[in-house]
Formats: sequence, C-alpha cells, structure tokens
Amino acid sequence: MWKYFAKRLGMMAVALFFIILLTFIIMHSIPGGPFTSDRKVSAEVEAALNAKYNLDAPLYEQFFDYLGGVLRGDFGPSYEYTGKSVNDFIANGFPVSAKLGVITMVFVLLASIPMGILAAVKNGKWQDMAVMAVATIGVTIPSFVIASVLIYIFSFRLNWLPTYGVDTWKGYILPVIALGGYSVSYLARLMRSSLLEVMGQDYIRTARAKGLSETKVILRHAMRNALIPVITVLGPTVANLLTGSFVVEKIFAIPGLGVHFVNSVSQRDYTTIMGVTIFYATFLLAMIFIVDVFYCLIDPRIKYE
Amino acid sequence: MEPILQVENLKTSFFTSNGEVQAVRGVSFSVEKGDILGIVGESGSGKSVTSMSILKLLADTGKIKEGTILFEGQDLTKMGKAQMRKIRGEKIAMIFQDPMSSLNPLIPVGKQVAEMIKEHHPEKKKDELKREVLDLFSRVRIPEPEKRYNSYPHEFSGGMRQRVMIAMALGNKPDLLIADEPTTALDVTIQDQILKQLRGLQKEFGTSIIFITHDLGVVAELCTRVIVMYGGLVMEEARIDDIFEDPKHPYTLGLLASIPKLEQDKGQRLSPIPGSPPDMTNPPVGCPFAPRCPYARNICAAECPEFKEVGEGHRSRCWLLDPEAPSDHNPFR
Repeated sequence: MWKYFAKRLGMMAVALFFIILLTFIIMHSIPGGPFTSDRKVSAEVEAALNAKYNLDAPLYEQFFDYLGGVLRGDFGPSYEYTGKSVNDFIANGFPVSAKLGVITMVFVLLASIPMGILAAVKNGKWQDMAVMAVATIGVTIPSFVIASVLIYIFSFRLNWLPTYGVDTWKGYILPVIALGGYSVSYLARLMRSSLLEVMGQDYIRTARAKGLSETKVILRHAMRNALIPVITVLGPTVANLLTGSFVVEKIFAIPGLGVHFVNSVSQRDYTTIMGVTIFYATFLLAMIFIVDVFYCLIDPRIKYE
Repeated sequence: MEPILQVENLKTSFFTSNGEVQAVRGVSFSVEKGDILGIVGESGSGKSVTSMSILKLLADTGKIKEGTILFEGQDLTKMGKAQMRKIRGEKIAMIFQDPMSSLNPLIPVGKQVAEMIKEHHPEKKKDELKREVLDLFSRVRIPEPEKRYNSYPHEFSGGMRQRVMIAMALGNKPDLLIADEPTTALDVTIQDQILKQLRGLQKEFGTSIIFITHDLGVVAELCTRVIVMYGGLVMEEARIDDIFEDPKHPYTLGLLASIPKLEQDKGQRLSPIPGSPPDMTNPPVGCPFAPRCPYARNICAAECPEFKEVGEGHRSRCWLLDPEAPSDHNPFR
C-alpha cells in the first residue's frame, strides 16, 4: 500500500509539471503582456521593462527559468505591483481564503449530512420534500446570485449583516452561505440517495433481524456505508469551494487569494497567474490524495496495489 | 405436541404504484416444537413474504392485512415495534438467501455476531461475548475461529459467510429459526455441508426450523413436513414421505417431475412446468395454478377449491380430489 501511495505522489509531480507547462503556454498565447496598458508607453520603455524581467528571452528559456524558481519555492515578483512578490500575495491572501474555506467546509458538512439523513429517513414525507426543495434551489442557482439576494435582504433591507469584509464573525455568515450553498445542496442529495440505497441492502435487513432499533441500524450499519460516496466527492467539493471563492471573495471584498487570481488575469500579471494556479493545483492534488487515504481507512475492502 | 408457531389465515399485500400486490392470500400452517417445516414454491409464490411477515421485516410498502401469527401464545401481528425487537434475534432468528450481501462489508464478522448477542444480553462482558462467538464459529466449522474473528466478509467464501450467518442466527439459541433459501446461492457440495450442519444443530439445540426453498430435493434431505405454496396460497400440506410417495396436487406433481434424477436417461428431458406464475396485482378468481395445470377443467378457473383433508396430516387444494370429479384424465383416481 505504501508503494501505491509513493507512486501516487510521483504521478502528482508529473501532473503538476503539465499544469505548469499548459498554464504557461496558454498564458503567453493571449495577446498583450504585463506592460501593455491604455496609457501609451514608449517602445524603448517597454523594451527596457521586458529586458529587466527577462521577457525578451525565448519562451522555453523563460519557462525553465521560471520552473527553477518554483522548485526553490520562489514564484517571482509581481509585474503589476512594484516591490511585491507572488509569495507575498499567497502568504497574505491564503490564510484569509483558507479561514473562509475551512468555516464553509464545516458548515457544509454539518448542514448537508444531517439534511440528507433526515430526507432519507423520512423518504416521501414532507421533511424529505422540504429538504429536496431547498437542495434543488441550492444546486441550480449560482453563488453570485445567491450572494446578491442575501446581501439585498440581510444587509440592505434588514441591515442585520455587513455587506463586505470579514472583520467580525457576522461578516462570515453571508459569504459562507453563498459559497457553501451549492455544496450543501449537492452533498445533501448525495447523502440522501446513498443512504436510501444502503437502507435497501440485505445487510440492513440482517441488522433489523438481529432486533436492533432503527437508530442503531442507521448509525452502526447504514451510515458508514452511505458515507463512502460522500467522501469520494469531498475532494472535488473542496475544489468547488476554492474556485467558488474567487467570485464570492470579489463580491464581499474579502482580501483573500481569489481576488488576486481574478485581477491578475485581466492585468496579464504572468507570475501571479502562474503562482496562484500552481498553488491551487498543488492544494487540490493534495486534497484528492488525502481523500484516497481516507477511503482506505473507512473501507477494509479497498487495498491499493 | 404443542405448536411453537401457528399462522392463521395470513394475508400480506404490497401497496405499490401499480396497485395492491396480494403476495400472500390466506396462508395457514403450524410448526411443532423441534419440527423442520419446509415451505416449497417457485419465485413469486409468496413463501419469502410469509416468512418476512412472521418477523415483520417487510419492505415499507408491505402490510399484513389479516390473520394471526401466534408464537408461544402471543400474536405477533399485534405486537409493537419495541416488543417485536425483543423477539427478533432472541426467540426467532433468520438466515437469508444471499450470504454474499447479508453481512455488513465494513464490520469484522466476529463483531457482527457478537452484536446480536450483546443486543439481547447487554450484561455480557466483552471477553465473554468473544468466547461465545468463537465457540459458535467452531460449532459451524469455521476453521481457525480465533484468526477469523477479525476478518471482514469479503475475505470469506460464500459458504463460509453462510456459516457466519448460521452462527449469528444460533447466537441466542432461538426457539425458531427461519431459513430463507439458505443454500440456493451456494454450490452443491457446500449446500450439502450446510444442510447437514443445520440438521445437526437442530438436534443439538432442539430449535424448530422453517426451511424455505424452491428445491424439493433439499426438502427431502431435511424436513419432516412440507407445505407447497403457489400464487399466495398453500396448495398442499403433507408429511415428507407423503409428498414424494402420494402427492395430491398437480403442482406438486409438476415440481416432482422437474427434479433431475441420477438414473435418468440422457435422452429423456426434464419436464419443467410450462407458463409463468400469476400476476398478483390481479390474482385469478379460481385456482391460481389452473392456467398452467395439464388437468384443468372449467370449474378450476371459475372457483378456487377448498383446502381439504385427504389423509392423515395431509391436505390439498384441488378440484380433482372432489368426490364428484370425473375419473378420466385424473391423476388422483
């Protein structure tokens, strides 16, 4: 099994290399550059700037230069903000994004799993219908629409919650709901269908034939089995929360990493685009890896070879 | 002898989107103490639903509409959920058809058996439970019980899993064991071992057994009495010898003709019963077997025959046994 995990780590490195390569190529194929701007800059100045940041070198040379930097943990300077490095952006922005992400993840798990269980246990009754109605809304409406509606109701009309920033705990409420809405709905539906399927299995009948109460049947026999598919999608769910956070951070003016990601693309801030992409990609691959390890712990049938 | 279980006029239906499926339509039988009763019939005859009704393990859509199930003097149909739980696993235990899916894949087998004992005897200590489980494992001939205690179901073969199920069912020395096609999913040699084991354990514990199967050959090896079910009704009830030597129902004749025999000519084909079982959302008014019966007459489709005594402890439901039935083309004359 350890051999398998070592192999997986190796494959992650390969995947990461191709992610870097692809982003690099796509980014450089977009017209314009970091020093193209509305204000007319003289050709000499632009050439001097390009020379300073080595942007006049052949592409492959730039690529390997950059790769060398990344291997040393240096994502390079920002082309947009003088004196700031991409490492600074990540060091300042990521803790903010991560805090929002972790709170949202906890919210998602605490809301979706009980919702799914309730809907499955009360299958076909009004509780099921109510949960499914909420979940359908959450899956179909995009986070920025939910965010706008929430801001309109709770900040603008009722004046209960701030419209932007996360300086107080109140500031987290709306971003967390907007960011986690989709995942809560998706996981609640998954939990429901998974539990319903498990409840129809023969071993659940066996558990009932033992004389166990319905609560024990669900908690001891059904839940662990029903959670397996939920754990499978936790990796992608974390991804969803991360990519969703680009938009939500922008709407609520949260100084996280997502804002840099959105801005850097329009500004052709090459190093920031690259740095943030690589950082997210690494994070995602690590999440998926962790889910695989978890899988192995919960299901004895899985033996990675 | 005092019957341990007495089922009287049991009617169980499933209420589905296609309407009411009348799976069991008035079944009566009794099981004596220490008896092994076989319930025989093909798929859809209502034999499994009958057994699930006894323990009230029917799917959500299933409901016992009528009848009584007297177990040790108490009517199970009138029992509440909590009372019913005290009976399940403690007084009446069950072995299911498919050992591959009847055990929880994520829990070690030893723990699953121990859970059953613990549920009804919470005072038992951990090491006491383990000792009992290991003892049960060696009784059902699971090799190296100590080592197997912590194994997971997927590490067992089908036969071994069924032994685990039997060990579990015997955990609390139940008064009645319901075995729903316990050997159907197993190959023939394993089937034989399991049957021998059930017989041995029945002698040792004095447990009464209801053995459900579609295989009359298995019944011959194990049971003392047999009821033959079709279309949600009991067609014939008899002692084991009478079923094989003096069957009194065309359906039983059909079942007997479809058992392969060792000395059978290679050229001679098995004779399956043509046709398929009736649609239970709209059960026939007359004898449910009439459409497939080679001896059917006009009256068979029009009116359902009564379940009548035809000999000592031998009852059957067939118009051919009526004193006024004509004797030509009649296998019972």
